[in-house]
Amino acid sequence: MKHESIPRVVSKWFIPPILLFALYVQFHGDFGPGGGFQAGVIFAAAVVLYTLIFGLQAAKQIVKPRIIETLVALGVLLYAGTGLVSLFLGYNFLDYTALDPADPPHGQHLGIFLVELGVGITVAAVMIAIFFAFAGRRRLR
Amino acid sequence: MIDMHLPILLIVVPLVSAPLCVLLRQKTLVWAFASLVCVASLGLASMLLIRVLEEGVISYAIGGWIAPWGIEYRVDTINAYVLLLVSIIAAVLMFFALPSVVDEVSGKQHYLFYTAYLLCLTGLMGIAITGDAFNVFVFLEISSLSSYTLIAMGRDRRALTASYQYLIMGTLGATFIVIGIGLMYMMTGTLNMFDLSQRLPPMFETRTAMVAFAFLTVGMLIKLAMFPLHMWLPNAYCYAPSLVTAFLAATATKVSIYVFLRFTFTVWGAEFVFEKLNLDIFLIPLSLIGIYVTSLSAIYQTNIKRLLAYSSVAQIGYMMLGIGFVSVTGLTGGIVHLFNHALMKAALFLAAGCVVLRLGSSNLADWKGLGRRMPVTMAAFVLAGLSLIGVPLTVGFISKWYLILAALEAGWWPIALLALLSSLLAVVYVWRVVEVAYFQKADDDSKIKEAPLMMQISMWGLTGATLYFGIQTDLTVNVAQRAAGLLIGVTP
Repeated sequence: MKHESIPRVVSKWFIPPILLFALYVQFHGDFGPGGGFQAGVIFAAAVVLYTLIFGLQAAKQIVKPRIIETLVALGVLLYAGTGLVSLFLGYNFLDYTALDPADPPHGQHLGIFLVELGVGITVAAVMIAIFFAFAGRRRLR
Repeated sequence: MIDMHLPILLIVVPLVSAPLCVLLRQKTLVWAFASLVCVASLGLASMLLIRVLEEGVISYAIGGWIAPWGIEYRVDTINAYVLLLVSIIAAVLMFFALPSVVDEVSGKQHYLFYTAYLLCLTGLMGIAITGDAFNVFVFLEISSLSSYTLIAMGRDRRALTASYQYLIMGTLGATFIVIGIGLMYMMTGTLNMFDLSQRLPPMFETRTAMVAFAFLTVGMLIKLAMFPLHMWLPNAYCYAPSLVTAFLAATATKVSIYVFLRFTFTVWGAEFVFEKLNLDIFLIPLSLIGIYVTSLSAIYQTNIKRLLAYSSVAQIGYMMLGIGFVSVTGLTGGIVHLFNHALMKAALFLAAGCVVLRLGSSNLADWKGLGRRMPVTMAAFVLAGLSLIGVPLTVGFISKWYLILAALEAGWWPIALLALLSSLLAVVYVWRVVEVAYFQKADDDSKIKEAPLMMQISMWGLTGATLYFGIQTDLTVNVAQRAAGLLIGVTP
């Protein structure tokens, strides 16, 4: 669809706000509806739209498959790592109070923020990876 | 610190290591790392069992949220025993993994293979350790999804269909389980198993309780491959890479049986399940029919891995038979067999894997004269096969002994007789392999190189264990007896 000017221009307008909206859903998740999973899917949707318009090759140059794979792992590590930090600080696994013992609500806030960020990263990366895998499939003869 | 956080570390260590494998990428490095993790898990699981035997139930509150509200890890004798079994198998198989995975899995996917392996380990241990009903479902999905991936990595293209078939059946089972758990949550407002066991009894008369129990039970029976819900199993075991077959055969169905024990005895209570609903009336005949039908199917298989897979379904029948007796002896038999069968079936699948590595085939017809061509591997196969039959001095004898004892204790001597006779079918299918391997002449009688030392270590380790635990039953039987007593007598 690279040569269709209307989809191209419209998608160029849309992709940045979609990415921005994903970040909003991610970081505003503790005050309104939203959170890591939803944000990750929205973020991935922007990449999917780009791929549909400009093709798989162009998309893979922007988001390299190798980096996607690393991000899948990093998100999980961020989540579990947050839990391990509280473990090392002498609290139970995932007890966010450990992150700010003087002010437990703040610690909980920070903990959930980090964990949700991990979820967001992994979900976005997995979504993109699955889409690339299907888009890259050739028909067998 | 390790002592206090033992239950969570057992889960978190493999869970964190799985994504690290993706970052490491390099084949041998990933293997070494994954082995280290498996050995560490084995260490943690042994420490946990020792502590549980000394101190009794251990509870761990995740995130510091106390039990009925937060997710609780609750370890008693039964899960500590299952955790130890899973971690032993995972650790021993890692020796086998290095040469076998190089041979059977394409080079670009090795790090993904070990990632899925560790995730599967995490899932299986998570199912066993958690005291939260919904958490069981979550871990069940982790272990199932990773095992679908592992199976699909088989060399044969049919591995993809086998994996897909397992995916459909597994998802069906998991859906039933989650419907059951959902209904239980609706009735009681809690997901903690211990809390459920106290809040469910007043609801026993309601139809919702019946429906919840029915969904849950059928879901679990699909997952543990109880006859006639076992159709996903033979293909999945047949086409998966050898390592995966051995791992799943020794752990996945066993953990599902643990889930069955936990839900029927701890959560619902034996009184409701067996006295009010009389589940044993279905369980015992179905187990017996299953043993006979699947053993007969095993006899007619032309592929060794598929033969062993059918035999696995038959052996699950013995475990369910033991559970169906609802007595301490019966449960001891079932729980001991859970451990013993894991050892011998893993040993058999590893022996088959060694042959596949050298011969490239698990077809019975290609195994002609293998007794002369690969004597060491075939010796292990025969020893583990004897265990499958239940010959004295092997582990198979111990579990059958308790099962028959339980049948006689209950005064059901026809069942004891039928269980004994069914061993003859095992003799037949093991003998078929022996006959082909030792008494038929191969077209090409040249000696084949034995499998690499690493694979032999795993195979002989497990084969040795089937002999060791056949003579030295202190660990297996005593712990199983304590677990059985816990399940039947003092319901927590």
